[in-house]
Amino acid sequence: MILLTRKAEFAAAHYYWNDHWSAEENARVFGKCANRNGHGHNYTLEVTVAGQVDPVTGFVVDLKKLKDLMNTEVVDVYDHRHLNHEVPEFRNRIPTTENMAISIWERLHGAILHQLPGATLHRVRIYENPDLFADYYGGGPA
Amino acid sequence: MTPLVDFSRRYHFSASHRLHVDALTEEQNYATFGKCNNPHGHGHNYTLELTLRGPVDPATGMVLNLSALDAIVHDRIMTRFDLQNLNCDPVFEKLVSSTENLCRTAWKLLDGSELGTAVLQRLRIEETSNNFFEYAGKDNER
Repeated sequence: MILLTRKAEFAAAHYYWNDHWSAEENARVFGKCANRNGHGHNYTLEVTVAGQVDPVTGFVVDLKKLKDLMNTEVVDVYDHRHLNHEVPEFRNRIPTTENMAISIWERLHGAILHQLPGATLHRVRIYENPDLFADYYGGGPA
Repeated sequence: MTPLVDFSRRYHFSASHRLHVDALTEEQNYATFGKCNNPHGHGHNYTLELTLRGPVDPATGMVLNLSALDAIVHDRIMTRFDLQNLNCDPVFEKLVSSTENLCRTAWKLLDGSELGTAVLQRLRIEETSNNFFEYAGKDNER
């Protein structure tokens, strides 16, 4: 079994807000991140897949196919978008780094199973900046 | 079921130290530690990387509020070690101030912190960009 990781980058805007709370409570819990005008980050996504090395190609997966899948399922949807307003899963889910890791897993897990035979999604790591990141290994519906 | 996510945050501090054991002779110290034994010490820009594992709070989308973690690390680590000489800290009076021991010390200082439903999963200290050490709080285990 080999783990293979591919990176991608995207830039997006977001803010943190819980509709069930008052403005004061949102400001108390989320601080500057609750500013409704939003703010943005350069995100780095690392997708790790697990699989056996194909004896013919020497590949775990065709990296071009993994790149295309990451682009169509995640980067094209998130890049240069406002996550709260333009990405469906964040209508009802705060776009924290943690929730982004889970959402990206949900976007990629089935697609990898169906389109990259022999590989399974092992880990999603998403960096909001070089000093802050979340890892998700699956294991439960949100 | 609430999904478990690993949340990681990196902190930076600078400190000086000298690797030295009183029980060894001057020659033995130099043979063991080389230039790290130079009598007046030297310094590093350390990076502390903490990984917390926990369920994502559905109300906040977070494993732990970042500002809570920042406050804990500030109080227990940064104020104690940043811009200090590690060898002058009581814990290193009889313990070599290697980064291995700094990892175990930092773990002890942070373990038992008020982390809500999250647990400290892994602690990593980078002494330079080429040397880093990880500790998961378990001695005598592989």
